[in-house]
Amino acid sequence: MWKAIKRLTSFKNFYRFSGKLLPWFGAITLVLFLTGLYWGLVIAPIDYLQKDSYRILYIHVPAAWMSLFVYIVMAASGAIHLVWKTKLSEVIANSCAPIGATFTFLALVTGAIWGQPTWGTWWVWDARLTSELVLLFLYIGYMALHSAIEDRASAARAAAILAIVGLVNIPIIHFSVNWWFTLHQVASISVGKGSSLHPSMYWPLMVMTAAFKFYFATVLMMTARNEILERDQNSNWVREEEKNL
Amino acid sequence: MTNTSLKAFNAMVRRDFTLALRNKSEWANPLFFFILACSLFPLGIGPEPNTLEKIAPGIIWVTALLAAMLSLDGVFRSDFEDGSLEQQILGPHPFTVLVYAKILVHWLITGIPLMLLSPLLGVILHLPADGIILLMISLLLGTPVLSLIGSIGVALTVGIKRGGMLLSLLILPLYIPVLIFGAGAVDVGLGGLDTSGHFLLMAAILVLAITLAPLATAAALKVSV
Repeated sequence: MWKAIKRLTSFKNFYRFSGKLLPWFGAITLVLFLTGLYWGLVIAPIDYLQKDSYRILYIHVPAAWMSLFVYIVMAASGAIHLVWKTKLSEVIANSCAPIGATFTFLALVTGAIWGQPTWGTWWVWDARLTSELVLLFLYIGYMALHSAIEDRASAARAAAILAIVGLVNIPIIHFSVNWWFTLHQVASISVGKGSSLHPSMYWPLMVMTAAFKFYFATVLMMTARNEILERDQNSNWVREEEKNL
Repeated sequence: MTNTSLKAFNAMVRRDFTLALRNKSEWANPLFFFILACSLFPLGIGPEPNTLEKIAPGIIWVTALLAAMLSLDGVFRSDFEDGSLEQQILGPHPFTVLVYAKILVHWLITGIPLMLLSPLLGVILHLPADGIILLMISLLLGTPVLSLIGSIGVALTVGIKRGGMLLSLLILPLYIPVLIFGAGAVDVGLGGLDTSGHFLLMAAILVLAITLAPLATAAALKVSV
């Protein structure tokens, strides 16, 4: 069992397996994005209060969800690396950081653009915005720590510890709306209670969420493959791959 | 905790406390920094008492946080450089217990003095007496959290040369909840509202930090050394 896992998650197997998946994931991402964007920006009905400006939600909400999701993936693979010292989880954790930071940045920027017409200001010091900003700092700290330590093995372990510590921040983000309710609206969609969003607006959002998930998987594989090639550049299987090109 | 671990804990507290007391700059510099940084704000903002009163809790909390962070650099540094940290990791006692002792000493030599100095700064920033008491309670609950969380960051950066800037990048985001509740408690109290919610949340954060932070610090030190 353990040996099978080791073999399946070896750099060589991951590289070949992800090479086969990558075109499919790319295609699915593209289709989902085109469908979701057309549905959300053109077909979905206009909002009674916010007019057309609410449509940025189709980018903002998936980006904000992904910013949390990627952090959890990063911390989880970091934890797996700490416990079992698997090489692949180390690569995955490192590849997550820049992608997650980008999603966080996107959520902050789209939030600011949305806030201007809706609340009349680019930025408010509301709990959720602040937590999202903190999340961005956590990603930046992770990357800074990782690049500051020269030894690759200890850099990965130190960064993994930091990611797990930062994970404490995730529940604070999630419950912040309920804790210090200020300007930000209460979550419209929650597990258990269902959605208060009308189905005509809800479904395009779900398509966009799926698009973001697949985009993340695609980019994660591409980044991880790059790092794998760089690490194993002197091994035989990489030379074989080169010949096949 | 077994009896020998407790002995090791006591010995470590006594050793670190003595070392820290004899090294005057280690405990005195953060306090001077605290006073100096606080007194820069009126010079920058203007001496208007009403404005100062409004922002005093925030200023005192932010500078206390910075003073705690800057002083943290010394917690593991000297032990790391002379190799005794490595011996402490290899030794027979649970390393987390020794880490607890080191964090406790850091709090005793910076957290407590910062709290005791805060009334003075409250007075020069025109904070009313009620506010000063609330400020002291919030610092009493908050400064141990600063030492505990900060020790994780120091442990991660102890092996890095000139890690000071990086340390602030790692720690400051994690300090934000304490800052919000700490300064918020004083604001809420001055507004005539009930502060127990804020203090209970701070106590909850403190309990969480006491339980988990030393484990992370010990793990991080094992990576760094």
